[in-house]
Amino acid sequence: MSGQARGNITIDVEECKGCGLCVESCPPKCLELAPELSSYGVHPARYTGHDCTGCGICFYCCPEPGAIIVYRLAPPPKAVASQVQSGGEHAPTV
Amino acid sequence: MSENNVIQITETLDKPKATTDGYEIVHSKSQLFYPEYERKGELKHQTHYCPGCGHGVAHKLIAEALEDLGVQDQTILVSPVGCSVFAYYYFDVGNVQVAHGRAPAAATALKRACPDKIVLAYQGDGDLAAIGTAEIVHAANRGEKISVFFVNNAIYGMTGGQMAPTTLVGQKSTTSPWGRRPVNEGFPLHMAEMLATLEAPVYIERVALSDNKNIMKARRAVRKALELQRDGAGFTFVEILSPCPTIWGKDPVEARKWIAEKMIPNFPLNVFRDRKVEVPNNNIPPHKTVAELIEGEKRAVGDAELPLRHHHFRELGIKIAGFGGQGVLLLGQLLAEMGMREGLEVSWLPSYGPEMRSGSAHCHVCLSKDRIGSPLVSRPQVLVAFNEISLRKFAAEVAPGGTIIYGREALPDDLSIPQAQVVCIPASEIADKLGSAKVANVVMMGALLEETECLSPATAMQVLEKKVKNPVMLELDRKALAAGRIYIDHTVAIGAVTQADGFAQ
Repeated sequence: MSGQARGNITIDVEECKGCGLCVESCPPKCLELAPELSSYGVHPARYTGHDCTGCGICFYCCPEPGAIIVYRLAPPPKAVASQVQSGGEHAPTV
Repeated sequence: MSENNVIQITETLDKPKATTDGYEIVHSKSQLFYPEYERKGELKHQTHYCPGCGHGVAHKLIAEALEDLGVQDQTILVSPVGCSVFAYYYFDVGNVQVAHGRAPAAATALKRACPDKIVLAYQGDGDLAAIGTAEIVHAANRGEKISVFFVNNAIYGMTGGQMAPTTLVGQKSTTSPWGRRPVNEGFPLHMAEMLATLEAPVYIERVALSDNKNIMKARRAVRKALELQRDGAGFTFVEILSPCPTIWGKDPVEARKWIAEKMIPNFPLNVFRDRKVEVPNNNIPPHKTVAELIEGEKRAVGDAELPLRHHHFRELGIKIAGFGGQGVLLLGQLLAEMGMREGLEVSWLPSYGPEMRSGSAHCHVCLSKDRIGSPLVSRPQVLVAFNEISLRKFAAEVAPGGTIIYGREALPDDLSIPQAQVVCIPASEIADKLGSAKVANVVMMGALLEETECLSPATAMQVLEKKVKNPVMLELDRKALAAGRIYIDHTVAIGAVTQADGFAQ
């Protein structure tokens, strides 16, 4: 695998109230409170940009229904995987 | 905290949505929440809860479970009074918001009326454990097949931090400024343990939103309660220890820790009940009708079977009013029992209170071929008014084309009742001549039966024979019934004008 993290997260600045529970809860500690203030006058949470595993803990700790979206790296499609195995001409490069 | 942080969520949403960059969404806002919250013009994308509030997390756990069970359009959520009063602005399900503490009572009615629906009550500790103590205890004891989510933050949040029944010993609040003292305010109320003493509940668990691990346990508990309800198991109750950072005066992270350090030792996390409850005679409908039950085996030998009677109405609402002691309520009971004997659905609803003692009394009787929705007769087709006060009070309620049986010789001069037909009969005088003013109500019944033909006089005699044990009184009643009928048949039907403007529309 290259340096691409297993997971990814986006945080809606308009929905985040800056409570910091996601920062506290994140197992790999890949979230932080932004130094700048949001329009509500709070420091919203943000992703540091690396090490997210997509575990989803932050999602369940966040009290806002839609502030956090958690992503996970999709497994490669099976058809493509078999092409890689057979060394086909069109094998994709990762 | 760190040992709790190594949890991987193995269960994921059913169908991850493919996105760009090789990532797919695994957790996002539940479809069960409205896209926008219409509570106010501004901030339609945020809940109204404070930063770090436990309600948001509890909402998300419930929403996710309902969505995964695929019951969004079959769910009715009962919102409480408290901070979560606005739950109906967030959950896109059937919503009812009820009076303080009454959520289990309303949920009972909803579930019984709509047994195929998922009915959940969402309540705080002030709502459920203080003003609503009776409702939750009895709903649980009856084993209502509802799910109750009890969000316990040991304080009154919405009203600004007063002491709750669940406030911890020593915990300060605006109404226990020196800390709760058991000698004065008693000990915290343990609802989960209390309800677990009852026979009927099938599932009772206490969980906490104190850390990652416990939040995931709460997630499983919420899901289990709803699954059990879906399967028709019985009463399910999940108590959720939840942070209130604002009123506790702590930041959200500290508040979560306070649950672990202070609340959980006082409110231990446990599954207090998880069992199938066998209820004897579950769901077996009664074999006998109410009429049969009342009759029982006492049905007199030789009672003639009544011929099948045709009733000219689908539903007939009758209001009977007079002075207390005139037999107003008894007349209503007699009519209801007659209706029952003739195979109708019936209801009898008396007025109560101090007015019943030497004052006006009234009752509502409903005779119907269908099930009766409400025993309250607000637009009677028939009014039986024993006296002028009752007539003046209720005449305007009578439905257009209705009938009024008035127990005096004539209408008061100044009273006009254009929408109804009025029949006057001096019932008390007739009864008095027969030998007892007490049978005036039976005279009125005779008039009613003759005028409206709603029920058979033969049935009336059957009921009277059963009710009146004294043969002298029974004979009097027989005469009174006949006298009432004859008065209408002869005196009124020969054309006596009983009111100034007649029957006009």
